[in-house]
Amino acid sequence: MANPATLGATGAAMDASRGQMSSDHHRGPRPKKALSRRNIMLYGVLIVVSLYYLLPLYVMIVTSLKGMPEIRMGNVFGPPLEVTFEPWAKAWSQACTGINCDGLSRGFFNSVQILIPSVLMSIAVASVSGYALSMWKFRGSEVFFTILLMGAFIPYQVMIYPVVLLLRNMGLFGSLSGLVLVHTVFGMPILVLLFRNYFASLPVELFKAARVDGAGFWQIFFRIMAPMSLPIFVVAMILQVTGIWNDFLFGVIYTRPDQYPMTVQLNNIVNSVQGVKEYNVNMAATLLTGLVPLTVYFVSGKLFVRGIAAGAVKG
Amino acid sequence: MAVAEDAGSTGHRAAASSGAKRPSRLLRNPMSKIALVPMIAIALVVFLGGTVWTIVYSFTDSGLLPRLDWAGLEQYDRLWSTRKWIVSIQNLALYGFASMIGTLVIGFTLAALLDRKIRFEGVFRSIFLYPFALSFIVTGLVWQWILNPQFGVQGIVRGWGWESFSFDPLNNPNIVMWGLLIAGLWQGTGLVMCIMLAGLRGIDEDIWKASRVDGIPVWKTYIRVIIPMMRPVFVTALVLIASGIVKLYDLVVAQTGGGPGISSEVPAKYVMSAMFGSQNLGQGFAASSMMLLSVVIILIPWAYLEFGGKKRG
Repeated sequence: MANPATLGATGAAMDASRGQMSSDHHRGPRPKKALSRRNIMLYGVLIVVSLYYLLPLYVMIVTSLKGMPEIRMGNVFGPPLEVTFEPWAKAWSQACTGINCDGLSRGFFNSVQILIPSVLMSIAVASVSGYALSMWKFRGSEVFFTILLMGAFIPYQVMIYPVVLLLRNMGLFGSLSGLVLVHTVFGMPILVLLFRNYFASLPVELFKAARVDGAGFWQIFFRIMAPMSLPIFVVAMILQVTGIWNDFLFGVIYTRPDQYPMTVQLNNIVNSVQGVKEYNVNMAATLLTGLVPLTVYFVSGKLFVRGIAAGAVKG
Repeated sequence: MAVAEDAGSTGHRAAASSGAKRPSRLLRNPMSKIALVPMIAIALVVFLGGTVWTIVYSFTDSGLLPRLDWAGLEQYDRLWSTRKWIVSIQNLALYGFASMIGTLVIGFTLAALLDRKIRFEGVFRSIFLYPFALSFIVTGLVWQWILNPQFGVQGIVRGWGWESFSFDPLNNPNIVMWGLLIAGLWQGTGLVMCIMLAGLRGIDEDIWKASRVDGIPVWKTYIRVIIPMMRPVFVTALVLIASGIVKLYDLVVAQTGGGPGISSEVPAKYVMSAMFGSQNLGQGFAASSMMLLSVVIILIPWAYLEFGGKKRG
């Protein structure tokens, strides 16, 4: 990547040359960019598109803060005249799914119970596999890796039922640990790819020097490679936290109704056919479910981008 | 392949340092092989084994439980004479085509705008990408609400005085897939924008300088020079989008539930309801095998171009 300083410098040079060429926009010397027609167009388009992308978030927030009478009077975009947090409370602890009426809180805690072991286990297995694949290659290791990568493209529907049978044989079908296993398995392709590519980019001399000094497989991993790879562990964690939290398919197949993760619970609440539709409660519930990945996203910033870019471009 | 050579040479070096003690190739560095057992098991048992299992059982008449009673192509015959499946395929084709074009065009345009050395780039990028952090369930439910005929877009436009205005995609079988598409594009374009932006950043600054010296307009440089140079990025994005589209399921469940009627059914949903709803496993296996076939049809030309081309070049 070009370093930011040079990028900035060429950018300034470019603006300068543009300014000279188009004399009608020449407004005398200015230290920074002038308000040219090009810029107005550019920022105008970007701002309009941004507003469109932000709209659903805005709608979720305003709807969740209105009372039902106000919703029936107005439209989805109107700001709340009277702010109420009741829908949030109701979504959290009272909303009905058709099976039970204790709201999203149950789904939230289920999701947390699924999330933590799944993230830890998938990252542990994938990081060691990626390390072994990049530094301890043996004949055939690439073949297994290719098969694993193909798994990322096979539609899940093809593998769902065999996995049901496998879990049933292990006595884990319908349990949280079964779902943890499923998340570990299906997270493997992308995570192993991520770790393998990262470890392969580290200098080989490090590995060789450690080998000469007599360090073994685990020693090199824990003492040298893992401490050097903190960023990629964070990237993997971001990928997994958002991915597993947002999962719907596996949750609905491999768990029992009282263990449904938050996404499944949310869908059951909002799309339940019984009773009067309470749009404000529904939107509060939707926002609550989206809050975890959104927080991860806004806190992690560039690392999130790096995670998806690493998974996408190098694949 | 280069990888195999690489492995061979590291093997030699390892042999030079510690090979004297352990003569057998297979037993050398046993720990590194043990550590790969979970990955190999997953690759072989779940991914490869599971896929083969499903394909084999798609030729049986399994109902409530999987049984190995050979039925030939019966399940496929039934599949292709089921209206719901035909509708699912048509829907996916329409959605897939529109979504591929839409995502690529919007994703690239946004990336190009962000690449014009603007201020607050990070803010704009965060805004375009945040929907990607949300689940399809959340996405589907929000858009279900925005597209609500009474309180949403249609209601607002009618409120402005245009009484005959009609835009109710979620209750109109003819345009329901477009309702899904609006939500899908909102969620997915950020990812493609990011990939495109990474591709644009990889383009040499000299190319821009050269085109500026030659007086070529910016838009023309993009179309004539930059996009052809970014062919691999476009191909990667396309493969990524395509393999995501085949999996389309959660969004439909949340936003329309397959309705109105069966007008927004998709193959993944067909599989799920055959397997877990109507206890018709054989149909589910046959339908999922067809999904796999469609992915293979997409992937083989890509793999040929990507890897076959490299070997020659």
